[in-house]
Amino acid sequence: MSILVDRNSKIICQGITGKQGTFHADQCIQYGTKIVGGVTPGKGGKEHLGVPVFDSVKEAKEQTQADVSVIFVPAKYAAEAIVAAVDAKIELIVCITEGIPVQDMINVKSKIKNSSSKLIGPNCPGIITPGQTKIGIMPAFIHQEGRIGIISRSGTLTYEAVYQTSKNGLGQSTCIGIGGDPIKGLNFIDCLELFESDDQTQGIVLVGEIGGSDEEKTAEFISMNITKPVVAYIAGISAPAGKRMGHAGAIVTGKEGTAEGKYEAFRNAGVATVESPALIGETIQSLIA
Amino acid sequence: MNLHEYQSKELFSDAGIPILKGMVAVSPEEAREVARQLQGNQWVVKAQVHAGGRGKVGGVKLANNLDDVELIASEMLGSRLITKQTDQMGLPINLVYIECGTKIKLEYYLSQVIDRSKESWTFIVSSEGGVDIEMVAEKTPEKITKYTIDPIIGIDPDQLNLMADTMDLNVQLKEEFAGILKKIFVLAKNTDASQVEINPLIVDQNNTLIALDAKIVVEDNSLFRQSELMLLKDPSQENDIELRASKNGLSYVSLNGDIACMVNGAGLAMATMDLIKIHGGEPANFLDVGGDATTARVKAAFELILENPNVRAILVNIFGGIVRCDVIAEGIIEAVQTINVSVPIVVRLEGTNVQSGKAKLLESGLEIVSADNLSDAAEKAVKSAANYGKLS
Repeated sequence: MSILVDRNSKIICQGITGKQGTFHADQCIQYGTKIVGGVTPGKGGKEHLGVPVFDSVKEAKEQTQADVSVIFVPAKYAAEAIVAAVDAKIELIVCITEGIPVQDMINVKSKIKNSSSKLIGPNCPGIITPGQTKIGIMPAFIHQEGRIGIISRSGTLTYEAVYQTSKNGLGQSTCIGIGGDPIKGLNFIDCLELFESDDQTQGIVLVGEIGGSDEEKTAEFISMNITKPVVAYIAGISAPAGKRMGHAGAIVTGKEGTAEGKYEAFRNAGVATVESPALIGETIQSLIA
Repeated sequence: MNLHEYQSKELFSDAGIPILKGMVAVSPEEAREVARQLQGNQWVVKAQVHAGGRGKVGGVKLANNLDDVELIASEMLGSRLITKQTDQMGLPINLVYIECGTKIKLEYYLSQVIDRSKESWTFIVSSEGGVDIEMVAEKTPEKITKYTIDPIIGIDPDQLNLMADTMDLNVQLKEEFAGILKKIFVLAKNTDASQVEINPLIVDQNNTLIALDAKIVVEDNSLFRQSELMLLKDPSQENDIELRASKNGLSYVSLNGDIACMVNGAGLAMATMDLIKIHGGEPANFLDVGGDATTARVKAAFELILENPNVRAILVNIFGGIVRCDVIAEGIIEAVQTINVSVPIVVRLEGTNVQSGKAKLLESGLEIVSADNLSDAAEKAVKSAANYGKLS
């Protein structure tokens, strides 16, 4: 199995004719991802990377029956692009774009809540089911089809967890970068639920970071609902308060959002934690062996 | 992006939120002159810095005559203010805001923030004003009321009334209070503010509500469409290295340790700092060179890192995805060859084109310590920093 996406997923790419869109859509196609079309307003009717380009998501959906859209539209237009995908009833929207105004995401999120669409991101590397489909910007070659589900707020740290679980032979069922923004689509809990009911997934790696209180809520959820082994790592134990550490959402405000608080929540919930990201691979291995 | 109190108050005034008469001054003489223009017989001189907690450390002072205004301004201007919210260096006071004095009958707290857990805007009010709201939240949480606005419906007047009820306001003040909240909501939307705060909101001698302080934080991702507010940016209030880093597409934060880091990706950059700490060292900075680092950017990163005189070792940690390890290696080689790098460099490369990257570093003949994995890299960096300067 796998979660959310597999080899049959049909994907359109919003912003396919841009520099980023072209490069990454091409990489996805090379991986075997079924990219069935692209959307760039004003460029409809053309062909790009061997697939048809449409003026609107609605048209692309009608012509291709795509169920997933991956968005590489600049931050200025990205919120609009997500809304267009929701309106076109795309089931899964993966937004890679970094730097979308938070206020726009408030509106996008309330729209998503009242729809049947799911959103991954923004400000994320995307989602991959190794051996089947890659929808995002992650380097394909580090992945290996296997047993671990990975959920992460950080791109490069996802790769670190992937690399370690490939190296020790466990492999990954599906890896989701949920993104580093304060207001985003799927959260840890949404993904954990899906991994819990996925046969292929035998263990879950969760990579959090400072800022917000998602990890604290997730810890409680795991203790009540998740039977599979989980390993949690939180980045930013050495980060000072009040400073934004790269990601828009990675900031400790007052006493909220510290790595210490998040670790404590996981420990109290009986979830295995690692303070060194170098130990993610071996720890999850010891738990599912 | 933070705005100064005087800038926030100008926006308040435009939005119809009541403030006291006030003017800004850059010199003691000007302070005296604006106080004279403002009239009255009592003034408050307020240091304009991007930090709260000014009152407790002499950043807000009362003057009973024009000589005092000038004296206080001369003491403040040109000095640095260190508050609970700044680092040990504090922030430079280049401007003072002179405001007419007023009697304070009651003090409240009022703010609107983007609440990430509720994924919307939330009003926070308290009958305890003029104090650290986090302390109130901790010690007497019952004195704080919150109301999260439904993004589709907008402000619900009934909810505003309920909030006002918790503040024990009379009928007239309740109306003023609801009016201020509505105006703040519009102002926050128009300015893309992630936070608007009035602390304190006071009842003055005329029994009317006035914003005695004002704080607006404009959300950084929105700055592309807030060109007018961008003109209000005060670079003197920001860390110079961090500012120049962002101009080079680098995300940099100064820290107090001695091991500099250069990493691709924000999460991995934080993780690298954590690893240094776990292995007994202290990171000198957070630095994300970004997902599309070029040779030039790597060089710029080295230059920034080395501006910090405390640095005793550099740890480069790259997981090549989009970034190619050979490109990073070229950047490191060019930087070391053109800038005088005397501190030890530890490099951990993994991912795309790792073999060619490692080969390039080896062929260069430069003294670069190669690390095999995360732990190894951190260990070697901590060791190199400890030994730096000892051997020669």
